[in-house]
Amino acid sequence: MEKFLTLTAVAVPLPVLNVDTDIIIPARALKTTTRDGLGAMAFHALRFDGEGGLRDDCVFNQARYQAAGILIAGANFGCGSSREHAPWALADMGIRCVIAPSFADIFASNCAKNGILCVTLPPVAADALARMADGARFTVDLVQQIVITPAGGTVAFHVEPARREALMAGQDEIGATLARVAEIEIFERRRAQAQPWHVSARLDVV
Amino acid sequence: MKTLYDKLWDQHVVWSSGAEALLYIDLHLVHEVTSPQAFAGLRKAGRALRAPQRTLAVPDHNVPTTSDRAQGIADAEGRRQLEALAANCADFAVPYIPMTDARQGIVHVVGPERGATMPGMTIVCGDSHTSTHGAFGALAFGIGTSEVEHVLATQCLTARKSLNMAVTADDPLPPGVTAKDLALAVIAKAGTAGGAGHVIEYRGRAFAGLSMEGRMTVCNMSIEAGARAGLMAPDDVTFAYLRDRPCVPRGADFDQAVAAWRGLVTDPGATFDKEVTITTADLAPHVTWGTSPEDALPITGRVPAPDTFPDPAKRAAARASLAYMGLTPGTPLSGIAIDKVFLGSCTNGRIEDLRAAAAVLRGRKIAAGVGMLVVPGSGQVKAEAEREGLDAVFRAAGAEWREPGCSMCLGMNPDTLKPGERCAATSNRNFVGRQGPGGRTHLMSPAMAAAAALTGRLTDVRKFSMVHQWKNS
Ligand code: SF4
Repeated sequence: MEKFLTLTAVAVPLPVLNVDTDIIIPARALKTTTRDGLGAMAFHALRFDGEGGLRDDCVFNQARYQAAGILIAGANFGCGSSREHAPWALADMGIRCVIAPSFADIFASNCAKNGILCVTLPPVAADALARMADGARFTVDLVQQIVITPAGGTVAFHVEPARREALMAGQDEIGATLARVAEIEIFERRRAQAQPWHVSARLDVV
Repeated sequence: MKTLYDKLWDQHVVWSSGAEALLYIDLHLVHEVTSPQAFAGLRKAGRALRAPQRTLAVPDHNVPTTSDRAQGIADAEGRRQLEALAANCADFAVPYIPMTDARQGIVHVVGPERGATMPGMTIVCGDSHTSTHGAFGALAFGIGTSEVEHVLATQCLTARKSLNMAVTADDPLPPGVTAKDLALAVIAKAGTAGGAGHVIEYRGRAFAGLSMEGRMTVCNMSIEAGARAGLMAPDDVTFAYLRDRPCVPRGADFDQAVAAWRGLVTDPGATFDKEVTITTADLAPHVTWGTSPEDALPITGRVPAPDTFPDPAKRAAARASLAYMGLTPGTPLSGIAIDKVFLGSCTNGRIEDLRAAAAVLRGRKIAAGVGMLVVPGSGQVKAEAEREGLDAVFRAAGAEWREPGCSMCLGMNPDTLKPGERCAATSNRNFVGRQGPGGRTHLMSPAMAAAAALTGRLTDVRKFSMVHQWKNS
């Protein structure tokens, strides 16, 4: 996973409540067997009108936001499905940080696994940042846990320490767990003794 | 003093750093959409699958539901995902139920009915509606594809403990009001983010009085309230459901398991971080009017005016919802004309759901111009319904009787709405474009969907006399 330390980029504002994972990436785009190329279908219902034409009123179609690396969104961002295609689509669009008043749990965890930083700010602060966007560049500094606005102001945020470290290290979580395989085996043995029906449960015969 | 969630969590901690824990996973359910990249990751890293016998795979999202599907899937991308699942399961020795197997179905219907879902387990799947399995007193939650890969490789998951939330409803449900109405009422009250960061335990007589099917409907919708998982304490209803199912232990092992499972209850005096109480004595059947599951109201209500919402963000969301849904504030919900009816999904595609809808449709015809799809949640549900003659009831009423799958719950397979079409659906999400681009979804119970089919309009099902006794499905 790519490390996240600091990011300086244009921020695209989408101050809408409950942006769900079907909005971020529609179900019909999930028929892929790879992680790449999903940006083309990202926010499809917002970006295109009924006839397939680009909607000028959609921020993602506006020239000043084309190079955006940050998304400033409304509360409960990423609610709905567990599809990791949502952060894959964001990453494919070039978004590496989402700032919002709150995030759906699974979405936030999926972002962390893909090196995307979710910054939670109070609604008023997130709103203020969204109003400053307008094609300007922000810096998100995970080391110091601050957002630096285009005018040079700073807004502090907090990321849970374990998640922050993993993002900063670009950690291979599976490798870390496999290093504990002895503990996993002890757990399995202990449980097989205490709860023998786990052994006689025949999950492989369905 | 522990909650049920605390107990399930504690029993599965392999290692903990305080903030984070390594949780052991008892059952990993797999489907074709969220797994190919995980298996690819395993291959790329040269890693083995740790516990194939704790893994069960079945295709559901992509599969067509027409009877000609045995001849193959026309859609090349969908076909590729199914082929990838079959090949991955073969390569890694994962128990796999193919599309053409009589046991195939939606993964959250198949797990419980095969008895793979048991109390006290941790269950994960690359699918948010894994919360369904919490109905058995299992800790069950959806995960992303990176986590699917993690579980395949380690049979464990790095997780942070959620907070405890109680949703309590103490009165039994009135006639004509079902688990789905209760679930929608809970989400309307708590909000789609009301359960964020929490695991919900459903408590009280209204929930305890539900069948396993009804409990699964409620727990299924927990994710729509933003919760990580939904739970109910297992009881005699649970144990009776499980006995003799194919994967469940037999004889003395079963008795020993039941004795232990009885301890899976919240200790008296344990406290919750958040509590919500629902009054059920006068609960009416619910329908949604907008594009978020929290936009639910009693069928006796009217389309709300966005200006009446105190929160400005909610006002803007409601305005956008109504524009998308093509609805005007003040319109009575009862009477809104529909084009399609979808009966199915992991929320309401079980046998009791089909019985409840058939009870309304029996001896009647659906309205001219309305198309109704009935999609059993699994091959086993389909076979049982056919034994009971429910397929004949649906066909005689003018509905289509299909093969099992996710179908019109999401626009990934051939069953989709056309732009502008309005659907009475028993599924769980009314998001923009969920049932196909431009499609408009109203969520409701199976009985309410059947009533809508008969009149061609959203309708209070309590107006219809029923041939069968009401079931809380
Ligand atoms: S029926 Fe719908 S909600 Fe359930 S697993 Fe399938 S797509 Fe997901």
